[in-house]
Amino acid sequence: MLEIKNLQAKVEEKQILNGINLTVNPGEVHAIMGPNGSGKSTLASVLAGRDEYEVTGGEVVFRGENLLEMSPEDRARKGLFLAFQYPVEIPGVTNANFLKTALNEIRKANGQTPMDSKEFLQIMKEKMKLVEMDKAMTQRSVNEGFSGGEKKRNEVFQMAMLEPMLAVLDETDSGLDIDALRIVANGVNALRNKDRSFIVITHYQRLLDYIVPDFVHVLYKGRIVKSGTKELAMELEAKGYDWIKEEVGIHI
Amino acid sequence: MNPAYQHTDKEKFLNSYGAFASRHELMDSPLNTLAIRKFEELGFPTTKHEEWKYTNVSPILKNRFALSTGKSRLKREDILPFLLTGKDSILLVFENGFLNRELSLIENLPQGVIIDSLASSRNHDVVKQHLGKYAPMKQESFVALNTAFIFDGAFIYLPVNAVVERPIHLLYVNDSREEATVVYPRNLVVAEKNSSLKIACTYHTIGNINSAFTNSVSEIVTGANANVEFVKVQTENDNTYHISHTEVMQERDSVFNISTITLGGNIVRNNLHIVLNDVNCTSHLYGLYITDGNELVDNHTLVDHAKPNCESNELYKGVLGGKSSGVFNGKVFVRQDAQKTNAYQSNKNILLSDEATMNTKPQLEIFADDVKCSHGATTGQLDSEALFYLRSRGIGEKEAKAFLNIAFAADVIKNISLEPLRDRLMPLIERKLKQGD
Repeated sequence: MLEIKNLQAKVEEKQILNGINLTVNPGEVHAIMGPNGSGKSTLASVLAGRDEYEVTGGEVVFRGENLLEMSPEDRARKGLFLAFQYPVEIPGVTNANFLKTALNEIRKANGQTPMDSKEFLQIMKEKMKLVEMDKAMTQRSVNEGFSGGEKKRNEVFQMAMLEPMLAVLDETDSGLDIDALRIVANGVNALRNKDRSFIVITHYQRLLDYIVPDFVHVLYKGRIVKSGTKELAMELEAKGYDWIKEEVGIHI
Repeated sequence: MNPAYQHTDKEKFLNSYGAFASRHELMDSPLNTLAIRKFEELGFPTTKHEEWKYTNVSPILKNRFALSTGKSRLKREDILPFLLTGKDSILLVFENGFLNRELSLIENLPQGVIIDSLASSRNHDVVKQHLGKYAPMKQESFVALNTAFIFDGAFIYLPVNAVVERPIHLLYVNDSREEATVVYPRNLVVAEKNSSLKIACTYHTIGNINSAFTNSVSEIVTGANANVEFVKVQTENDNTYHISHTEVMQERDSVFNISTITLGGNIVRNNLHIVLNDVNCTSHLYGLYITDGNELVDNHTLVDHAKPNCESNELYKGVLGGKSSGVFNGKVFVRQDAQKTNAYQSNKNILLSDEATMNTKPQLEIFADDVKCSHGATTGQLDSEALFYLRSRGIGEKEAKAFLNIAFAADVIKNISLEPLRDRLMPLIERKLKQGD
């Protein structure tokens, strides 16, 4: 699905990623944890193709193709989805119109016919249930005036509509109360299957009680310094990050 | 600037007035003759005038324009693209300034309502009472020029309690297929107490080889507790010059909503003056301009709060591409008497290219002390975060830009209550924004 080799990137002349290696196979859920400033969100941004991030080395192969050469829209059409840490408000564009356009652009790129309004509405109705979203929200402008929790739910709703092959969740749990967290996690879990992969970036082990990962990686100073299973996340929760810093200190 | 050259421009228009006045027997009209004298005194403004600082009219004046003789050659198919959707509009088609009765649809009007050509209503008492009373021909040379050339246009009169539910569409076509033309449309709208109406006033040109110049003035009287919506749309082409003045007088408890939509034209100047002349009036002023190429669109608005407890709310938005430029000058006066005034103003612009420019100047002059007033202006690029967000969902860059611009523009259009006009406008706006870059 995704192969990241020795990925290095900088933003505004500051080197952030210092050689990341990660392989994600179909159906796997990988959690990436790490202290503030370790490069977690930079990794998500680089994968989605945000302009301000400059890749200075390494490669990323997504479903057999060089991801780094693709425009953000082509990455999405190929099946990549980023759930934003800070979803953007777009006044004047309704959620429904936005999603229908996005969905049909992706379908077109994959040689499918556009979805008609009736079918679209029906699917939207189903997926809204998944994240317990109110019907009125689809007619509201994208994220405008949404609460923090509504915005994150809207990200998962979009993911459910667009059915990506690989979803990157960038701190989707941050700032959520336990009910909202449960709704978001349920939405994600409902989308898990043997083909679809997830990279779940989080600061808190708490999320991983709800979305149980196959692998956990610790990012520190722009490198993955430790990988393990979900037990690693619990260890991090119990002991903090300092022991990792000490353990890997000599290598950095 | 060469003073001899300016004089020539003025003389050209004075000469053409002479011919026009004798053809239409305007010599005995005190209003027309007074106006031409005022125009002669004022001359054309130059960029040295504060109000015309960014808008140089000399490229307009150097043209040789012909005045229509009133002969008609428009066919129904010529105006089809300009009609509102739906079938129940009251339609007045003006061809090069003259009412074309054959193409117009003025039937089944409510009791006492008059919707007719100004040319055939000139002796009506209401016309005599109101025409030329409001638009400031003593200060504005283009108002003086238009007033001198008053011959035809729309006259709309609603008596007390009259309600016209069907949209009234004033459709102006400047047909310059044969020669460069100038037209001087003049509209008078008098809505008496408790009356209500909605007007779409749209300006178009046919023919894109010769220049066309429209110098229009509308006077609108909104009586006590009356409710008037006026939408001015302009979709003329790159060879078109358009200078308009809309003067609105509001009486107590009245509501006046205006939208000024400019989608094309080489040089366009829209003046809008609203006088809130008695207590408890409400006015909404919306504006949208979408420019590209070398177009210049200049909106000057003045909201004059003369009496207490009134509210005005102004929102003008622009999307400027190519080497085009925009001007927004929004004055709000709150006079000493006008306590408890609420006045809000906002001007927002998106520049699509490095060469597009916008000059915006809000001016609040407040002489009362118990008021709520605010103004704000922003000019910037498209929101790059929003653009990335759309693209990250699979929407292409060009599409995403159009999406955001259309949403930006729709924020103005949504305030127009005339649905048959909104339906006509949105595709035009989308087309212009998509061809933009």
